[in-house]
Amino acid sequence: MVQQLGYLPESASQTAGPYVHIGCTPNFVGIHGIYAEDLGATPFPEDAPGQRITLTGVVRDGLGKTLNDVMVEFWQADAQGRYGPGAQGFARRASNFETGEWELKTIKPGAVAGMAPHIGVWVVARGINIGLQTRLYFEGDDHSKDPLLTRLEHQNRRDTLIARDTGNGTYRFDICLQGDGETVFLDM
Amino acid sequence: MTLMPRNRANHPLPYAPGYKSSIPRSPKLALVSGAPTATEQTGPVFGHELIGKLDNNLILNFTGEPAIGERIIVHGRVLDETGRGVAGALVEVWQANAGGRYRHKKDGYLAPLDPNFGGCGRTLTGADGSYEFLTIRPGAYPWPNGVNDWRPMHIHFSVFGQSFGQRLITQMYFEGDPLIARCPIVNTIPDKAAIDRLVAPLDMGRALPHDCLAYKFDIVIRGNRQTMFENRMEGL
Repeated sequence: MVQQLGYLPESASQTAGPYVHIGCTPNFVGIHGIYAEDLGATPFPEDAPGQRITLTGVVRDGLGKTLNDVMVEFWQADAQGRYGPGAQGFARRASNFETGEWELKTIKPGAVAGMAPHIGVWVVARGINIGLQTRLYFEGDDHSKDPLLTRLEHQNRRDTLIARDTGNGTYRFDICLQGDGETVFLDM
Repeated sequence: MTLMPRNRANHPLPYAPGYKSSIPRSPKLALVSGAPTATEQTGPVFGHELIGKLDNNLILNFTGEPAIGERIIVHGRVLDETGRGVAGALVEVWQANAGGRYRHKKDGYLAPLDPNFGGCGRTLTGADGSYEFLTIRPGAYPWPNGVNDWRPMHIHFSVFGQSFGQRLITQMYFEGDPLIARCPIVNTIPDKAAIDRLVAPLDMGRALPHDCLAYKFDIVIRGNRQTMFENRMEGL
């Protein structure tokens, strides 16, 4: 016998289910009056410095079907590459019930600690048993020294992490859960 | 501080065919593992100004009139894997009403909505990681998966720790519910002990006589490894 290390095991994840909106974005699903606004509605104050950008996307399953019950969370640095303070830089979106689209108006993050500008992304939905972690980088930035993108074994998957520049400060970032073009998901 | 790697053996399998929705929604390729960076090791910090007075009272927070159902306290602590209580963690919950019906456009179950039950709550943990909700016991309900699958009574929990890499969504089950062992979503977790850790025991020590029962649900999120260098006293 040896001494016990005494670590506690992490609680098991369970799917967020089809009704994640009730808890996380109740106003979005018509439950008004409990919270003044949904958490993560606006990642930055209006007067925050930086380039205004609009991100849109959908999440697709392994058969190419768009998920209309997904929740996506975003965590990013400010234009100077600093995280915080407080909840600044955090955003949360539910996909549209008809189209499956989400849209996020934010500012373009600065580079952080040798990494190319990027946004941390976390995806949950019915059928996703443990939240999926990925990253959104931006087309047009220099990715040649980014530690994550450069060390991907399958460089042909790297574009799954790069939002497409669709002009005038808009970017498109579609996530594919499975199959051809499966997004790179992270364990970090 | 450095986040400890996530031990996936404590978690459900992403592809768990007994839960049909997971079949097309689970990645087939390996996760790309790497050391956590600033993106994973920082996270939003929520202030007490966010939390309204009734946010953790699901019995009253929708209309001010009481919801129907068995009154219960759900309480516990948010801890990390090193056993430390996590202070200031945002805990969000959502659940069905006493009849097993959600207030959601996609829920068409026979059981009626309760006009006084919204179904969500939130709170921030105290200095020792403790939290508390007052709610009603949610009903079990059937769901489209197998021909006759039922969800056990459960409350959904979403937890923010101190960093984005600690993000966790899980579900709390109730001691003694025979539907737990039959649930395809519960059974996405291969480790029986990990399932047991999601089952909250009845806690008569916190039950209030002539008022409500209580259940205790501790939640463990990823830990932070602290090195001696980070721990050393100033001047050493």
